[in-house]
Amino acid sequence: MVRPDLQRIWGWLDEVPDPEIPVISVVDLGIIRDVTWDGDTLEVAITPTYSGCPATSIINLDVETALRDRGIGKIRLKKQLSPPWTTDWLTAKGAAKLEAYGISPPSPAGGPSRCPRCQSANVEKVSQFGSTPCKAHWRCLSCLEPFDYFKCI
Amino acid sequence: MSDALFEALLRLGDNTLVLGHRVSEWCGKAPVLEEDIALANTALDLIGQTQMWLGYAAEVEGAGRTADDLAMLRDVWDFRNILMVERPNMDFGHTMMRQFLFDAYHRAALRGLSISTDPRVAEIAAKAVKEATYHLERSAETVIALGDGTQVSHDKMQAALDLLWPYVGEMFESDAVDAQISDAGIAPDPATLRGGWDTYVQGVMAEATLSIPEDSFAHRGGRTGARHTEHLGHMLTQMQWLQRAYPDATW
Repeated sequence: MVRPDLQRIWGWLDEVPDPEIPVISVVDLGIIRDVTWDGDTLEVAITPTYSGCPATSIINLDVETALRDRGIGKIRLKKQLSPPWTTDWLTAKGAAKLEAYGISPPSPAGGPSRCPRCQSANVEKVSQFGSTPCKAHWRCLSCLEPFDYFKCI
Repeated sequence: MSDALFEALLRLGDNTLVLGHRVSEWCGKAPVLEEDIALANTALDLIGQTQMWLGYAAEVEGAGRTADDLAMLRDVWDFRNILMVERPNMDFGHTMMRQFLFDAYHRAALRGLSISTDPRVAEIAAKAVKEATYHLERSAETVIALGDGTQVSHDKMQAALDLLWPYVGEMFESDAVDAQISDAGIAPDPATLRGGWDTYVQGVMAEATLSIPEDSFAHRGGRTGARHTEHLGHMLTQMQWLQRAYPDATW
């Protein structure tokens, strides 16, 4: 069997959407840690975002399916905890896509710098938690729209 | 050593399992939607941490059991959680006070565990400490807001603190298992975490205008399994019901 080169495989993985935020890929999210060939088996190391995130098993399934569809028969998924995922692993491309989608990207300041819809800086926190484990719930005081903020950890 | 390590891992995993289950009991009936979501997410993080701790415990035990077996098929006397986390939720104030007291301990313990000589323990703790820190931010903020809130919310938070205080001491209790584990550099001795915890909690309580009880009496028996409260058995009848009624059911 011809082993596709790793760069192509990274490209394929970059087309696998996050199941809960489909606008970004699992590569954008920064949870694919490593892709290596071990003989004719492709090993993919994946790290969880939050330890109890229910999307983890779906992500594994989606990654495996995508690789199988490209003709890779032997795949081994490895869970890699260390170093732990933080929002720093999110790519700049991913952060831009999040904001365009209406989710404020993580900011080291600990809160969103502006409303992803109207760009107003006049925003307030509604709750530290939101619709998924990775998000918090904020509100814009200018356009009055609620929005999700990707928590910074 | 593997016996002591197994025991220590059960203590970690049972704390997060039992508290995670308790907190999940709020799902669908918290005072407001945002708090409902926050509690459910907190529970989810704790259950996720449980899978890692009990998963490792099962490997260390080497008896062919899984994390699910440990969670769903042990009886009360085999649980090693502290008594505080098995207490019923009571009102929202009591739930958040318990969460705060535990989160402050949990963050300190996980910080120590993240530099463990056991690489598995270190990597699980490094992952979990980020979540515990986030939980603590919220629970501390809530305790301050409610303590320094209205007369009604203040009184409820003071009552919760008075009720929970006798359960604080057990978090910092040390026994032969702790001595063996801390000598090996696997985990900090719980007793060494007390000073930092006290300083931090005193600061938050002062801001919350709440008074810490002077009596230092401590209920114990949960983390050794010697004497759980009557509440844990009732909780397990709910939590374990499906696996007990339909053994090995999967979906």
